[in-house]
Amino acid sequence: MTKIDTSRPESVLPTPSHTVGPFYGYALPFRGGEDIAPLGHPDTITVHGYVYDGEGVGLPDALVEVWGADPEGNVPAVDGSIRRDPASGGYVGRNGVEFTGWGRIQTDADGHWYARTLRPGARGDSAPYLSVCVFARGLLMHLFTRVYLPGDPAALAADPLLAGLDDARRETLVAREETAGTYRFDIRLQGEGETVFLEFT
Amino acid sequence: MTLTQHDIDQEIAAEHAAYEKRVADGAPVEHHPRRGYAPYRSSVLRHPKQPPVVVDASRDPELVELHSPAFGHRDVTEIDNDLTRHHRGEPVGERITVSGRLLDRDGRPVRGQLIEIWQANSAGRYAHQREQHDAPLDPNFTGFGRTLTGADGTYRFTTIQPGPYPWRNHDNAWRPAHIHFSLFGSAFTQRLVTQMYFPNDPLFPYDPILQSVTDDAARQRLIATYDHNLSVPEFSLGYHWDIVLDGPAATWIEEGR
Repeated sequence: MTKIDTSRPESVLPTPSHTVGPFYGYALPFRGGEDIAPLGHPDTITVHGYVYDGEGVGLPDALVEVWGADPEGNVPAVDGSIRRDPASGGYVGRNGVEFTGWGRIQTDADGHWYARTLRPGARGDSAPYLSVCVFARGLLMHLFTRVYLPGDPAALAADPLLAGLDDARRETLVAREETAGTYRFDIRLQGEGETVFLEFT
Repeated sequence: MTLTQHDIDQEIAAEHAAYEKRVADGAPVEHHPRRGYAPYRSSVLRHPKQPPVVVDASRDPELVELHSPAFGHRDVTEIDNDLTRHHRGEPVGERITVSGRLLDRDGRPVRGQLIEIWQANSAGRYAHQREQHDAPLDPNFTGFGRTLTGADGTYRFTTIQPGPYPWRNHDNAWRPAHIHFSLFGSAFTQRLVTQMYFPNDPLFPYDPILQSVTDDAARQRLIATYDHNLSVPEFSLGYHWDIVLDGPAATWIEEGR
């Protein structure tokens, strides 16, 4: 029965998750999905890496969503990530000025993804991080993780999530700075170096 | 050795029996599939072996995951929710209307949020280059739609009844007809991607993706209800499907920005 009676709380139960499957590619990705930062913004960073399966093979069909605060730690509340052209029905892209904080990236044939966004500011007790949600064929329910940025060891040490992890697992959540402002963050779904994934309760 | 439907049926039955035993032994009801569900072969190398690390969102209301990205009318055109109008001609197949409400775990409507759908055409073929199924493409149907939920959480799509289609999980594997849904809540923690099915499909018991939801009642929540009141005279058949998002959210007052 899929008419939910909201006057009966016991009938309000979650709709189960399912895999995104292999054929979302003409529907979900959009132009500029990875270019989240306003054009020329001085706090722009690039985060990139691969999504690997349990044999270390890159996933050519994973979908990565990135969501983060602005450099002051404020949560963006502006729409316009996937602006449409009402004349053609196509995309006009972001406007290059406003920061929506959210992006969506399909991995390429090698399993590689990147996002150019703004360096997130800290919120609450947490060290600065980007929230990441991964979808893929074969993944029956999405996976949440976080990209923490290196550079402030005190903030990372005080972060409530990181503080509860042993060193090896903790490392999977902290990106590695390659050059100034460019960070490497691989997502390993299974096996050695398996990324820490999160469940929110 | 060829993997047969009979092999998969046995694996599905074993997974189901194991779940029933866990619940009988006092384990909680599982509303979602386990990520490692072997009858769906693609899951084998693509699920973590370590349990997820629990984040108690009630202890830190500042988590960015307790907020959701925003979407608005710039992100959706007026005809995005009518998949029969995206090309010059009429698509082939039975027109359907799919409507329902987007709710959170407390039964509250999720307002002004983005719903995206995608699906195969009436012949069971996706408009995707890597799709190998030898069924005709429909030049008048792409099979992708979007909408924003209304103030009461309602959504509505007009589309074409999708066809079932074969896939390569095992020999003679067929997916029951379904529409893919992508949903945002008032918090990123509520993010959901799922599939909606149609009532009485004979393929249900054979499909390891649907059966990955091992709880019988939870599986039923993926199946829309035929609703004659949603059927449009001389035009389309109506299906009702309410969606309930899981995961913690900010409180009602905080959310009402």
